[in-house]
Amino acid sequence: MSASSDAVQPLLELRHVRKSFGNELVLQDVSLVVPEHTVTVLIGASGSGKSTLLRCINQLEQIDDGLVLFDGVDIADPRIDADETRQRIGIVFQAFNLFPHMTVLDNITLAMRRVHGVRRADAEATALELLSRFSLADKAGEHPDRLSGGQQQRVAIVRALAVAPRLMLFDEITSALDPVLVNEVLAVVRDLRGDGMTMVIATHEMGFATQVADEVCFLAGGVVVERGTPDRVIHDPQDPLTREFLRRVHEAGRL
Amino acid sequence: MTQGTNDGATPPGSVGWTPSQHELMRRRARSSQARRRIAVAAVSSVVVIGGLVAIVLTSSGWPVVQETFFNWGYGVEVTPIIFEKFKIDLLLAAIAVVFIAVISLVLALLRTSRAPALAPFRILAAVYVDLFRGIPLLLVLYLIGFGVPALGLAGVSGLDVEILGTAAIVITYSAYVAEVIRSGILSVHPSQRAAARSLGLSPAQTMRHVVLPQGLRRVIPPLLNDSVSLLKDVGLVSVLGVVEGIRQAEILKAKSFNFTPFVVVAIMFLIVTIPLTRVTDRSLARSIARQNAQGVA
Repeated sequence: MSASSDAVQPLLELRHVRKSFGNELVLQDVSLVVPEHTVTVLIGASGSGKSTLLRCINQLEQIDDGLVLFDGVDIADPRIDADETRQRIGIVFQAFNLFPHMTVLDNITLAMRRVHGVRRADAEATALELLSRFSLADKAGEHPDRLSGGQQQRVAIVRALAVAPRLMLFDEITSALDPVLVNEVLAVVRDLRGDGMTMVIATHEMGFATQVADEVCFLAGGVVVERGTPDRVIHDPQDPLTREFLRRVHEAGRL
Repeated sequence: MTQGTNDGATPPGSVGWTPSQHELMRRRARSSQARRRIAVAAVSSVVVIGGLVAIVLTSSGWPVVQETFFNWGYGVEVTPIIFEKFKIDLLLAAIAVVFIAVISLVLALLRTSRAPALAPFRILAAVYVDLFRGIPLLLVLYLIGFGVPALGLAGVSGLDVEILGTAAIVITYSAYVAEVIRSGILSVHPSQRAAARSLGLSPAQTMRHVVLPQGLRRVIPPLLNDSVSLLKDVGLVSVLGVVEGIRQAEILKAKSFNFTPFVVVAIMFLIVTIPLTRVTDRSLARSIARQNAQGVA
């Protein structure tokens, strides 16, 4: 975590967030502090609530209790316009969720043009600039189904970045990809870290987590069981639950 | 090289590769099997179709049937007369399609919307669809065609039967088509909606730019199917006294006691509907191929 986090208001702060689906309590009591320009990585078994937490942050899910403070404002308040909130928080999904009926370029320019009122020519210029930065410029005219999984996911990242969000959420963005493509996508995230993008990342890639995280949070049973620097949590876990999880990840050959 | 049919063309990257002995043998076996299949299909077609034709042509009543249903000279004679009226079928169908498209789209959007202000319209749309999907078109035609003029409302009572008949068809088909469009809208995966909303698009923008284009594309085959039915059902306006193609054929038949006009008008319908159904089949095949190709996305 960056040294100044106590002094300045964090960009995102969760306080005692609770969320259940029917009888299933997914998030029991989760608190999180994400200062600007830092990277928080969420780890934990499938079903530990990582994805739900991310969806609660950008208001795709309604929380049952707690506070989601973005820039000090509780964005879970129904009186706050959720559309407006989402314009400042980008999310990238595990299954890419590109719009299959649109070209890559249209996928990226849609929100710029329709939500932010950017002129088509300007939106396309911005999109092409981002695409060429991630070596995708030649794919601008293609439809998503003509792209590899790694390319699709990078386009999805560009689509979220195009509206200049202040916070980016990544929901297991490499889980649907083979190891080679995983790397090409993770390189993009490393790049964004270099730009100082504030990010919350749910992932199963422990090596990647070690490289990019300022803070790692291990989620289990709807709470943050352990948190700290990646060296601390991933390489020297204190809690027996964390140890057990990491041991199993290690056995699976993913560490 | 390992999958699909290898037709012997040389794919790039296989320079210096010549098929092995056993591969050549397999190819010879495959082509002889193919020849045998074609031969069987040809013989079977000739026997079955030829048999059916022979049964009809050798039947004792065939000369009479040929005279009363397939009278070439009379058919040629009545074709321009019937076609003149068949154009009314085409025109009414074309006009109906435009209105149906607009009304059914509005109905489908209302039924799938969640905006609180639209709640009464949502209920009305549901009632409308339930009502007119369940009443036979013929009854709607009678109710509109004879009921509306009987109301004696200014400006309505003097309406042509063509307009009333088309209105009845529009009313019924809008209910059918609205349900088809609604099923298309509902078939778009929620993750698409989530992706659009996560970019800050409003519910209306999400519908307009993300959900509707995908949903409509998926229901193109059933929509084309409904247009074929519509075209055929337009002929029903004749019950209100509109003299269109079918009614004209009937008039001619009544005069000549020869059924050839019916065959002529049937052929006219086929000339329009067969290409439409072919387009439907092709678009269905395409949409299945696309959905299979898409996988996760």
